[in-house]
Amino acid sequence: MRRPLRRVGGAVIVLIVALLLNITWIQVVKSDDYRTDPNNRRTLVAEYSRQRGQITASGGVVLARSDPVDDQYRYQRVYPEGPVYAGLTGYYSMRYGPTGLERTENDVLSGESADLFAGQLSDLITGRDPRGGNVELTIVPAIQQAAYTALTEKGYTGAVVALRPDTGEVLAMVSTPSYDPNPLAGHSDAEQRAAYNALVAPPDPDAPSPLLNRAVANVYPPGSTFKLIVAAAALQRGDTVDTPVTGAPTITLPGTGGATLSNYMGENCAEGDGSQVTLTQALAHSCNTAFAEVAMSLGADAVKEEAGGFGIGDGSTTDEGDGELGLDVVPSRIGQIPDIAALAQTGIGQRDVAVTPLAMAEVVATIANHGERMAPHLIARTTKPDLSVISETEPTSLGQTVPVDVADSVRDMMVQSEKETPGSGGIADLVIASKTGTAEHGSDPKNTAPHCWYVAFAPADNAPIAVAVMVENGGNGDLAATGAKVAGPIGRAVIAAALSGGL
Amino acid sequence: MTGVQPRVGATTPPADEPRPTGRAAELGLLVFAAVLVTGALIIVELNQSRTISWDLASYGGGYLAALAVAHLLIRRFAPYADPLLLPLVALLNGLGLVMIYRLDLAAQVSAANRGEDPPTSQTSLQLVWTGLALVLFLLVLVIIRDHTVLQSYAYTLAFAGLVFLAIPAVLPARYSQVNGAQIWIKVPGLFSIQPAEFAKIALIVFAAAFLTAKRTVLSTAGKKVFGLVLPRLRDLGPLVVALVVALAVLVRGNDLGTTLLLFGTMLTMIYLATGRVSWLIIGLLGFVGGALLAYQLFSHVRVRVNIWLHPFDDPLGSGYQLVQSLFGMGTGGIFGTGLGAGRPDIVPYASTDFITAALGEELGLVGLTAILLCYLILVSRGLRTALLVKDGFGSLLAGGLAFSLALQVFVIVGGVTRLIPLTGLTTPFLSYGGSSLLANYVILALLVRISDSARRPEIRPVRVAAPITEAATEMVPVVGRASAPATSPRGRDGEADR
Repeated sequence: MRRPLRRVGGAVIVLIVALLLNITWIQVVKSDDYRTDPNNRRTLVAEYSRQRGQITASGGVVLARSDPVDDQYRYQRVYPEGPVYAGLTGYYSMRYGPTGLERTENDVLSGESADLFAGQLSDLITGRDPRGGNVELTIVPAIQQAAYTALTEKGYTGAVVALRPDTGEVLAMVSTPSYDPNPLAGHSDAEQRAAYNALVAPPDPDAPSPLLNRAVANVYPPGSTFKLIVAAAALQRGDTVDTPVTGAPTITLPGTGGATLSNYMGENCAEGDGSQVTLTQALAHSCNTAFAEVAMSLGADAVKEEAGGFGIGDGSTTDEGDGELGLDVVPSRIGQIPDIAALAQTGIGQRDVAVTPLAMAEVVATIANHGERMAPHLIARTTKPDLSVISETEPTSLGQTVPVDVADSVRDMMVQSEKETPGSGGIADLVIASKTGTAEHGSDPKNTAPHCWYVAFAPADNAPIAVAVMVENGGNGDLAATGAKVAGPIGRAVIAAALSGGL
Repeated sequence: MTGVQPRVGATTPPADEPRPTGRAAELGLLVFAAVLVTGALIIVELNQSRTISWDLASYGGGYLAALAVAHLLIRRFAPYADPLLLPLVALLNGLGLVMIYRLDLAAQVSAANRGEDPPTSQTSLQLVWTGLALVLFLLVLVIIRDHTVLQSYAYTLAFAGLVFLAIPAVLPARYSQVNGAQIWIKVPGLFSIQPAEFAKIALIVFAAAFLTAKRTVLSTAGKKVFGLVLPRLRDLGPLVVALVVALAVLVRGNDLGTTLLLFGTMLTMIYLATGRVSWLIIGLLGFVGGALLAYQLFSHVRVRVNIWLHPFDDPLGSGYQLVQSLFGMGTGGIFGTGLGAGRPDIVPYASTDFITAALGEELGLVGLTAILLCYLILVSRGLRTALLVKDGFGSLLAGGLAFSLALQVFVIVGGVTRLIPLTGLTTPFLSYGGSSLLANYVILALLVRISDSARRPEIRPVRVAAPITEAATEMVPVVGRASAPATSPRGRDGEADR
């Protein structure tokens, strides 16, 4: 009995040592992998119980802050401006994870960024909990508020993006309908769930989703606003603002067996019985046939190249330049342009052209900036808890997209275009350069209300603001809606707010 | 002027030093265990930002008082028992209580977050079970004054154990099924018991008695094949029958953990009794065959094995529990998050099967190692008792009980740490659960009883110098003729059979 007992004793030691080796493997070797695994909710909870940094707009307006509270998470995330900035801030939800800037800038806000490490060491020594750094945005609250009010007072679904042309700073970025991020950051699981379900599964299944940031995360056909790019390409080819183009109400698309392309309402663009108009008039009256023909004469490669310069790729390469925005941007694309008919339709911003409102704002900002395209960015600077600067965003040039004289010619044409654009909201003694767009979309385009565009900058010389407005489905489903009627007033209201605010 | 020096031991003869019983050490260790447990409780309260009050000291004091009562009764009924057994169990049980309390707090918070009523407190129930377990422990010590008595009840115990074990199988599911395992006897509104925990002990006692009686036959008889002496199956008849019945009932009730535990323990006991490796090989072959068969037959076995092999394939579904267990321990790291500062409640069933994962998260590698070493010491003291005790039955019983504890710890801790596939078992003395606690305290009581017998000093006959008139004549060896000693000298501690 003695020898077997000793052997069993040895076996027991082997069993326990096997367990010890295994837990050492788990808790020492694999520890970091397990700690940082995305499915491990514990790290999130630890992050939650930390004083997260603030998100502020320019002028120190607080968009997101963490207030001390008396529960296990110790800090409650608060969004004082709620829905006006929800598309930017996103929400910081325990159950659904962070979105928007809360997600993209999480390293700084949570204090995990290496730049904050020095401060953290002293926190460690002094026994304070690590605090997150702050993110300061380029957004100007007055412009943001004006854009949000203009879109929501009519109940529109859409987006507004305003840029400062010479720096690429995003002055306003609004997407409607919006939502209140506060309940999603609640500490009660039930509250988060209720808020989230109300957003993702509303009573009306066809209601537009409030969680979609339409300014950067969705693409739309740009319609006539795309004619700015075709016009720039024509000017670069050597055309002038007075080059004659067709004014015919209808043209037949080659190689389609007789398919036609018409002007808006089948109108003749030319005065009286004329058959030709200048390029300026064609843009001002938004003649489809003219730009279809210009595009066809330019050729697919030239149109693609021009669009690529403005940041609208053909989908073959990933779009660059928006990487520094601070939010994830869906790439805008011009499409493959397989045949001549597709080229004609592309020339008027239909077919496969699909752009974000941000991309359209970049196009007009580039024209306003005399052809130099600046990288749009949302984040002005990030700071440590003691407000010392971690990093500051410098204006970055993405190159001279078009020569100065071409950009200025397009600007002059846009000034004419604004004069021809009906709609309210004009400001006395202010010269606005603009272009409208009314884009068909959907499987039954003739019976679907069009997306309405208005892109503009003002004052025309050295504009401090360029804006793109996009309103989905004519605002309220009106089949006769146009960019001028629906989006124009919103764009002018945003410009007015910006200029009266001393921008 | 110096004081008068007392004269020491000048007249009194030196007394025969009694062998220390270890009772003082036991009391000291019990106090130490109670202090550790109270400290753990205070840390939980601090980390959960609750107010520290004198109630905590009274909990710790109450725990110590209950243990002191047990200690005093051991002094009275098992004065020579191994002094490490009760303190080790007291520490494990106390840490288990603290962790269960900590999980209760977490459950209250999450219920409040969901806007529900707080769930029933497991802590208060576990405290009741601990009290009952201590009472049962003492009853066993008081009733069984001599463990050898158990031999005469071997067959009765085996039969009763099997019947008890089989009750859930014949009860309707709503009185016997919890989470897919039909191994309970539920008395609605009162309590549930797991007969397997008690049947296990009865079968170990039966096996010890049976094997002791059959030892000689088992060790000798049999044919030789490939150098292995094959035992005769019919010699093992009753034991095999009991084991087959028990395993059949357990497999039918989906209780894989206890099946594994019982089989392994019985096999080890046969090896202990016979010293024959051939039994082990036969048993292991049988185990491999049974495991393969179970894998083919039962989908839940396949699921368990697949989760074990690929837990991260479905980390939020079937693999959730194991993955979260690993995450918890990984997050705890070397030193743990601190008691009450982690999130052990994320792992489902953290208070029962996965309590070691919860402890690993909050106490870290260091704490979990300490806990496993506590088990190692407890088991090795049990095996030491088996070595020391003079009767074969006691030795086999102590060895079987000690090994069953070790195997149970290995199977469940190995399961929650992904060393082996997970099978449902409680962690002895730590997990929440009345049946498990009561049964393990019975095991403790039996070990204490056997170790008392093992360490009891032999009563040496007092030598009285006989008057010279009655002195016996003595043989005087003839000079020049060396006499060989009649017996070979046996070294102490059985060196002869090393």
